[in-house]
Amino acid sequence: MNTPDALDKRPGASPSPLSVAAGEPLVAVRDLEVYFDSGGGSAWDKFTGNSGNRGVVRAVDGVSFEIKTGETLGLVGESGCGKSTLGRALLRLTPHTGGQVYFRGRELAHLSSQELRRTRRHMQMIFQDPYASLNPRMTVGQIVSEPLETFGLAHGRERAERVSELLETVGLSARHVKRYPREFSGGQRQRIGIARALAANPEFVVADEPISALDVSIQAQIMNLLERLRRERSLTYLFISHDLRAIRHLSDRIAVMYLGKLVELGAAASVYGDPLMPYTKALISAVPFPDPARESARRRIVLAGDVPSPLDPPPGCRFHTRCPYAVAACREVVPALAEIKPAHFAACIRISPDQPEIEQVEGDAAPGLKNPEQVAAS
Amino acid sequence: MSHAAAETLLSVRNLCTYFGSEDGVVKAVDGVSFDLAQGETLGIVGESGSGKSVTSLSLLRLVNEPPGKIVRGEVVFQGQDILSLPLEAVRHIRGKRISMIFQDPMTSLNPFMRISTQLAELTRLHLRHTKREAHEHAVRMLETVGIPDARRRADDYPHEFSGGMRQRVMIAMALSCQPELLIADEPTTALDVTIQAQILELIRSLKIQTGLSVILITHDLGVVAGMTDRVVVMYAGKVFEQAPTHELFARPANPYTKALLRSMPDPEAAGGALYQIPGLPPDVARLPAGCPFAPRCERAEDVCRSEFPPFVQLTREHFSLCHFAAEIYSRPDTPDA
Repeated sequence: MNTPDALDKRPGASPSPLSVAAGEPLVAVRDLEVYFDSGGGSAWDKFTGNSGNRGVVRAVDGVSFEIKTGETLGLVGESGCGKSTLGRALLRLTPHTGGQVYFRGRELAHLSSQELRRTRRHMQMIFQDPYASLNPRMTVGQIVSEPLETFGLAHGRERAERVSELLETVGLSARHVKRYPREFSGGQRQRIGIARALAANPEFVVADEPISALDVSIQAQIMNLLERLRRERSLTYLFISHDLRAIRHLSDRIAVMYLGKLVELGAAASVYGDPLMPYTKALISAVPFPDPARESARRRIVLAGDVPSPLDPPPGCRFHTRCPYAVAACREVVPALAEIKPAHFAACIRISPDQPEIEQVEGDAAPGLKNPEQVAAS
Repeated sequence: MSHAAAETLLSVRNLCTYFGSEDGVVKAVDGVSFDLAQGETLGIVGESGSGKSVTSLSLLRLVNEPPGKIVRGEVVFQGQDILSLPLEAVRHIRGKRISMIFQDPMTSLNPFMRISTQLAELTRLHLRHTKREAHEHAVRMLETVGIPDARRRADDYPHEFSGGMRQRVMIAMALSCQPELLIADEPTTALDVTIQAQILELIRSLKIQTGLSVILITHDLGVVAGMTDRVVVMYAGKVFEQAPTHELFARPANPYTKALLRSMPDPEAAGGALYQIPGLPPDVARLPAGCPFAPRCERAEDVCRSEFPPFVQLTREHFSLCHFAAEIYSRPDTPDA
């Protein structure tokens, strides 16, 4: 990409007033909270007696982390854990209700709407569903050139050239500009979504489950594309997925989320190879492995019960209702994310830097071993 | 696991299910054959459009007609060809001797009926249970599949259950008439990984306890590796490879299987580019001449683009649809497909 774009200020390009030194966090999140009103309190609800689900969903509840320039942070968790909400909150696509999000050291909530608009150019998103996230009435050319237009980055013939280049960068052909999304397969549509995200030359990209909707033989294509783009364009990613194999492959560090809380954070090899928090251990042990010998030999931790509702999360450690290692104190103490091994953090009161391995509790002392309803009743 | 001595429960021969479309005839399933032994778990693996789900629907004649039509083949279950039985007789097999579970339990459960009523309906019909017997049986089945507090939950409606619990309810329904064969079509694809582990564990333990035979349809080679005795790999409506599970993974003899396995990220060896299969899954309405995988195959030569490949038998139980199957099988360590 070598277009004469006056506004092109990627790191590594020309210095910009907003640029940060290498190694500095590009994105920093402090005590981030995203709460949703789940409804149930309106006049109609009162009238119809619908008080069943009144309350606040704590989708993201006190999360702090940083993403360094050029790094890929993988965010993994099960449905409803708040990982997509967190990704959207980083781009301010969903407003947060507490805490701060900093981009290049500046807090997003304090930016004027004009500044926010300028900053947004550097932060883009790739969505999960390549069928729902592209406007079916727009041609591929219109879709990809929209950010160029919105941010006033290129005009006329230059814009058309940029679009062609972008399409070729993501493995499509410049001949495709006049076609509509419906004429493409899922994998190709995801490439269109990626081209759109890259159009404004962002520094930071949130990729929310970008391969989940794709066929197995296409997933590797898209993962390789994301990795190549990161190298070529010095991108910084937040890669959100429930697929631990993909997360492990693409990420430098991995963050694990459970019911709105960050429960583990560390280097990818360390989190995958030596998980500390019991939930992470169970999650990794549950990933089916394409190797029959390893599958039959491995010890699987099968968790009891379902993920509790984020409307009414368990007190103390939110995982204690399913945790095979939980003790009575786990029901009361909210564990903080602590550095258990160098640069490897976990939120669990049963482990410490001196004792990173959890001692088994005796008999049926662990509530997670019984079913949650029995625990509640006892 | 060898099932040499086990009796054949199901034998599928040259199954062809075609669909009429604007683009002409779509050969969704085209000449599929396999056997299933008593007590065995067979995996059918493939991507979207490979024909794996249409195959499973065809076994019970559940393909919508039109646009679909089972044009030929045999599905011999315990000596009877399901495809030539009168429909009334097929209804006695469905849900009783062969039952099915699907990816989305909500599409198979009636949202307006209590779970217990839906379970009871089956056993009253097939096992001639009285109302009371059927209700008791429903509660026992829900307990068997691990629904906590089953007696109370039995009278709940489907929406009151979580996704994982609904899939358990589906399994309870599928097993309530003690079938000989369970067909599970992507049973865990919509579920989270820890819930998937629970459901797979449940199917495993039910198999051990009851001797149930299972056909597991999935796109996930990891699930296949952990759950099945033998695997059928489908692509473009055809069986591309068929082998005992351990052999398929250790010594794949088809370029497509090999490429799929190579393209999976290995969590223990991170980084680096993944092997990627070029191109797109084929449009079954417009298949190329010759081998349908040839346009994406690294090993393809001219013959692949002009002649349909032979189904080569490599061992007693290992088959591969490829012009070069024997060569690939004899040199397992060459990375090039």
